[in-house]
Amino acid sequence: MSFSPDAYVKQKISALQDYSILCGTAIADIFTRPHYWDDIYTQMDSIGVGSLPIIVLTGFFTGCVLALQSVTALKGFGAVSMTGSLVSLSMVKELGPVLTGLMVSGRNAAGMASELGSMKVTEQLDAMRALGTDPIRKLVTPRLIATVFMLFFLTIIADAFGIAGGAIVSVFLLGLNASSYLHNSYRSLVHGDVAQGLTKPLFSAFIIATVGCYCGMKTTGGTQGVGRATTQAVVISSVLIIVVDLLVTRAMIGIFGS
Amino acid sequence: MPTAALTAETLDPPSDPSTPVVAFDNVSIAFDTKAVLKDISFSVDHGQTLIILGPAGTGKSVLLKLANGLLAPDSGSIRIFGEEITTMPERDLYKLRSRIGMVFQESALFDSLSVEENVAYRLNEERVPAEESHRRVVEALKFVELADAIAKCPSELSGGMRRRVSIARAIITGPDLILYDSPTGGLDPITSTTIIELVMKQRDVSHTTSLLVTHRLQDAFTLATHRFDTAAGGMKPIPPDPHSGSPTQGIDPGTIFLILNECHIVFHGTTEELVHSTDPWIKRYLE
Repeated sequence: MSFSPDAYVKQKISALQDYSILCGTAIADIFTRPHYWDDIYTQMDSIGVGSLPIIVLTGFFTGCVLALQSVTALKGFGAVSMTGSLVSLSMVKELGPVLTGLMVSGRNAAGMASELGSMKVTEQLDAMRALGTDPIRKLVTPRLIATVFMLFFLTIIADAFGIAGGAIVSVFLLGLNASSYLHNSYRSLVHGDVAQGLTKPLFSAFIIATVGCYCGMKTTGGTQGVGRATTQAVVISSVLIIVVDLLVTRAMIGIFGS
Repeated sequence: MPTAALTAETLDPPSDPSTPVVAFDNVSIAFDTKAVLKDISFSVDHGQTLIILGPAGTGKSVLLKLANGLLAPDSGSIRIFGEEITTMPERDLYKLRSRIGMVFQESALFDSLSVEENVAYRLNEERVPAEESHRRVVEALKFVELADAIAKCPSELSGGMRRRVSIARAIITGPDLILYDSPTGGLDPITSTTIIELVMKQRDVSHTTSLLVTHRLQDAFTLATHRFDTAAGGMKPIPPDPHSGSPTQGIDPGTIFLILNECHIVFHGTTEELVHSTDPWIKRYLE
């Protein structure tokens, strides 16, 4: 089959339209009955509690490595005591939200795409509709609510473990004063930084849940299709998280001025 | 009798018997640029069983999905219980579907749920109390002779058992219309006969209108020439009608055939008309 730019553009625009409709419907379903509370709690457990170990490990080791790296650079300026400030600002504003988003995207966007994709190719989504249940309400909305709610708290945990990791490295490896590290970390954070760091996961979570579910629900082509949908979900959501991170950062700098 | 109870628990009153249960009028649908169905028109009356035959890939399953509103046609009108479904909002469609049961080609059971949860899916959605729901699940599973499998998971069941659970799930609310998408596809002849017997049981005991897609002519003719005998608990050939032309075999008057080929209907009529058709393509197909 020859490549037609016309058909390609049409296909992409149609995909964007379908994605927008899915997002709109999933959001609208939050405000109307019935709600599937059982599914929401199950998803919160799977996304939130299930991701806890990787988030704790990622946050902790990122904080550790950040402290190690920054000390080398700060030494040149005689500002080793600023390590705490650098670690906390980097973790809270940027690394905590982005890394948590990327890790959860790798774990849960993939999970959602493969689960919904398998249901799609085995006609379970059609069966659900035939049995009178809206798959968006039953499958997508609970995942969206659960991801937005849980990613927010996962980010806070990642931030905390990152700062703790930085503290451990600074105190035990680099011989810095623990009290001055923690004091610097705390003092350098202002409300704007925290607001920025906690706004980002809301966007990331929205991207993870909607992209994961969209890729799953649009799966075609059997088991191979499920694999393709899973890969696509991780790639698209990861890239979008980083792009949206830039936009949110710019907007937040505009609002808070730092 | 379990089936009587199932029918009595139908949620909506049955529609006016004079209106066709399913009516397609000039329905066409294409996927991308490939036409699948073109100008399809037919109707199915109350209590009738429409058997849809045709070579693979002629849009038989698409036709069933159109009848359930799972797909929307590009043009034409589809009326189910007298209601136009092509322009119906999805929310109303969900309500209408509570009167329609559907058995999917590969059963489409929810593999994360047990057999009981699968069969009770609709009842759980309607928040039917657990006790009543369990009673009705047992009843529906007894109907398909699978009462022992209630606590199992779909992955532990054989293909034929999955198909039977799928039938139980479709009939549990006593629907007014049942759509069977190749219920015997991929099954061995003996299991196929069991499934066809269940379809027949539902037809002759509950008198439910149904659309059945199959590519096994043998199953289609078994349905047309046999009747479920409740007393004996099995199917038996319909005795020949002395007034009809056929001296050897009686036929079920409510069983109608529809044959699709290359996007069009090539035959729509009774068993008798099908057997005596002079169309060379149909003759070759039946052979």
